[in-house]
Amino acid sequence: MGEPLLEVRGLTKSFGGLIATDRMDLDVTEGETHAVIGPNGAGKTTLLSQLSGDLRPDAGLIRFVGEDITHLGAPARSMRGLARSFQITSIFKDFTALDNVALAVQAHAGSSFRFWRPARRERALREPALEVLRTVGLAERSELMAANLAHGEQRQLEIAMALATRPRMLLLDEPVAGMGLDESQRMIRFLQSLKGRQTILLVEHDMDAVFALADRISVMVYGRIIASGRPEEVRVNPEVRQAYLGEDTLL
Amino acid sequence: MILLVLEQTLNGLQYGVMLLLMAAGLTLVFGIMNLVNLAHGSLYMVGAYLATGFYQWTGSFLASVALALAATLVVGIVVEVVALRTLYERDHLDQVLATFGLILFFNELIAIVWGRAALYSSLPGWLSGHMQVLPGVRYPVYRALVILVGLVVAALLYLMVTRTRLGMLIRAGASNRTMVAALGVNIRLLYTVVFGVGAALAGLAGLIAGPIYAVQPGMGEQILIQVFVVIVIGGIGSIRGAVVGAVIVGMVDTLGRAFLKPVLSIVLSPSAADTAGPALASMLIYMLMAAVLAVRPQGLFPVR
Amino acid sequence: MARSPRALTLAAGVLMLALVPVAAELLDQPFYVDLFRRIMIFAIAALSLDLILGYGGMVSFGHAAYLGIGAYAVGVLTHHGIANGYLQWSLAILGSALVALAIGAVSIRTSGVYFIMITLAFTQMLYYLGISIEEYGGDDGMRLAVRSQFPGLLDLRNATAFYYLVLGILLLFLLLGQRLVDARFGMVIRAARSNEPRARAIGFSPYRYKLTAFVISGAMCGLAGALLVNQTEYLTPEFMHWTRSGEIMFMVILGGIGTLMGPVLGAAVFLLLEDVLSAWTVHWQIILGPFLVLVVLFAKKGLIGLVPDEAAPGG
Repeated sequence: MGEPLLEVRGLTKSFGGLIATDRMDLDVTEGETHAVIGPNGAGKTTLLSQLSGDLRPDAGLIRFVGEDITHLGAPARSMRGLARSFQITSIFKDFTALDNVALAVQAHAGSSFRFWRPARRERALREPALEVLRTVGLAERSELMAANLAHGEQRQLEIAMALATRPRMLLLDEPVAGMGLDESQRMIRFLQSLKGRQTILLVEHDMDAVFALADRISVMVYGRIIASGRPEEVRVNPEVRQAYLGEDTLL
Repeated sequence: MILLVLEQTLNGLQYGVMLLLMAAGLTLVFGIMNLVNLAHGSLYMVGAYLATGFYQWTGSFLASVALALAATLVVGIVVEVVALRTLYERDHLDQVLATFGLILFFNELIAIVWGRAALYSSLPGWLSGHMQVLPGVRYPVYRALVILVGLVVAALLYLMVTRTRLGMLIRAGASNRTMVAALGVNIRLLYTVVFGVGAALAGLAGLIAGPIYAVQPGMGEQILIQVFVVIVIGGIGSIRGAVVGAVIVGMVDTLGRAFLKPVLSIVLSPSAADTAGPALASMLIYMLMAAVLAVRPQGLFPVR
Repeated sequence: MARSPRALTLAAGVLMLALVPVAAELLDQPFYVDLFRRIMIFAIAALSLDLILGYGGMVSFGHAAYLGIGAYAVGVLTHHGIANGYLQWSLAILGSALVALAIGAVSIRTSGVYFIMITLAFTQMLYYLGISIEEYGGDDGMRLAVRSQFPGLLDLRNATAFYYLVLGILLLFLLLGQRLVDARFGMVIRAARSNEPRARAIGFSPYRYKLTAFVISGAMCGLAGALLVNQTEYLTPEFMHWTRSGEIMFMVILGGIGTLMGPVLGAAVFLLLEDVLSAWTVHWQIILGPFLVLVVLFAKKGLIGLVPDEAAPGG
């Protein structure tokens, strides 16, 4: 393994008295799919939000491609190749699916201080956007208002927007949350198709998804990583079983 | 000179009290119902007119105060039930525009009933004199009473929010309205009560203002916008912020108007000071607001 | 595009506006030229507000400020003997752009109800400033000695020439607005209005775009202010009164927020309504107030919502 793509050292965040992230260390290597699991309230989304720049950590260091990005905001991190999806679907509802993705392309295709030419006729934005929609399987739905897409399709659209920024790393917050069995199977297959080409940090509740996708798993309890390793190692780790798996017999 | 400074400081405090009475209601209503109520100033105006009217009618100052307070409370509740209740779930733009419409309505209604000319209400003899606040320092009895009322109301508000069941609900409602609903509390009633309290406070401010300032249509908005400055400085939804903001704004505005011109005339020519003094004094609190926002965009006491 | 009901409405509206001076001449009612010029001036102001309100989601309750700055730029220069329109109007645009930059820089850092209160408060500050400067008439205001002069181009004393100039500016701004909201820049501010966290997550820094839109909007409204003071030939701080901000905002909602034609329609209906009602009773605001509440509660799409449109994406 080479230099980690993402390095987290001593990351700490508390809300009032509650410590959501407790001196956490985490490495994600280029090309791997790394899953962070943990019981409800373990602080997984808080972690992701700190990585994406939506939340400021109280202390600690986040390094991405060798650069300290701890104090950068979300837009700057997106520019450096970090792309996130949200646990609660976050899309531009009153735009078409294609507009949604084209906006993500636009953000990474030169200046947007352009006031005259209609953006919807810029092929340099529309074509790559349509291409990404095709990859996630939404090409036929491209002209629909995002608000009118089915829940599963909206989740796919989120991933499409993230991919359209050509990220070096994807941060996915429960990508199969709230999906039916069929939908989540399709999503898992799609994410599997990205494996190897795309570095992914995945926060997930659904153990089927985690074991189908992850190269490595980190287990988070009360804001700390208590174990980290390959899926079969984590599955048998006694500390993990005790702290977390007692209630979850899936593992 | 010292005496003048002392007197103006008390005046600043007295104006701060009025701002506080207004700001407390506005910030409660915003914090709990998430409602931006521009028509809060109208309740202030209604309080002032009703007190003036009732005083002329009854001849008793105390009776007019009690009647005006009760009547403003009723007006507030009627407005809440008829118009504002439907606005809680709307966005801020809708709330602003609809309550703007209410302001136009109330200002015109008052103009129809009382006319557009300013009224000046008088004080009973026992309130119109001066009193000794410090050896050698005399201050109008009425203004001193206003300060006292303000301190009492501030204390009562504090007790209500921290000690009572209503206050507990208010604090809970502000942070988690579904939880309050789940506890079986009648949210609608709670909202109406909170709005009524806010309306009564605005009415109180208005009836206090009557004998000090001119009573006229549109008087509510003049103070309302200053109350916005108070709330922005203090932090929206925070009672503590409202108290601190009100005192700061009351002081800065009053002292600025009293002393900016003489102070400027030391540095500038008298004619330049004559022009710049009042202009600057009227802008002072807004510049203060900008300065606070530059450092703390959420105000001095941010909620959450 | 060319045959959609809205395009037809636009064409009919423009034709109608273009014919107003002719009709006024035929009917011998010069008053209508004056009224419709006033309508178009407020249409420009409302259009400028809708750019940030409807497309950018910025609830500015202080747009009268720029109306005032534009008016004062003209009035003050005239007061000092400079009646050159090119200079006056440039100053009106530049001055209001700068004020918008200052107000926007502070207020856009905040959001929601703070934004509303702050824009309102700063406008009130400018209003009090206008009142307290006796040199320029204080709260009484002052007469504009002459209208802005454009030697060799046109004479604003000619009511019809002035009318067509205002119409030309309105059409120009409609065109500029149309290009702007559909261009990359417009897409960014609309996306930020729709979902700001998402816009940030895909890499946009909304602040810069919103501030730029705020400045553009302020500059447009500043020009409307320069037109307005030439229309009334009287400079008064009342241009900046906070109720003016509310009225402009109501025009936007009444006509249809987030559209370009809506504000124009809204300005027309509002001012015609004012004209009719105020002829009927001095207390016309007692009708206007509840009317406004009803529009907000029940007709959120505005009048333009009555005209069908091909599903316009990304409102």
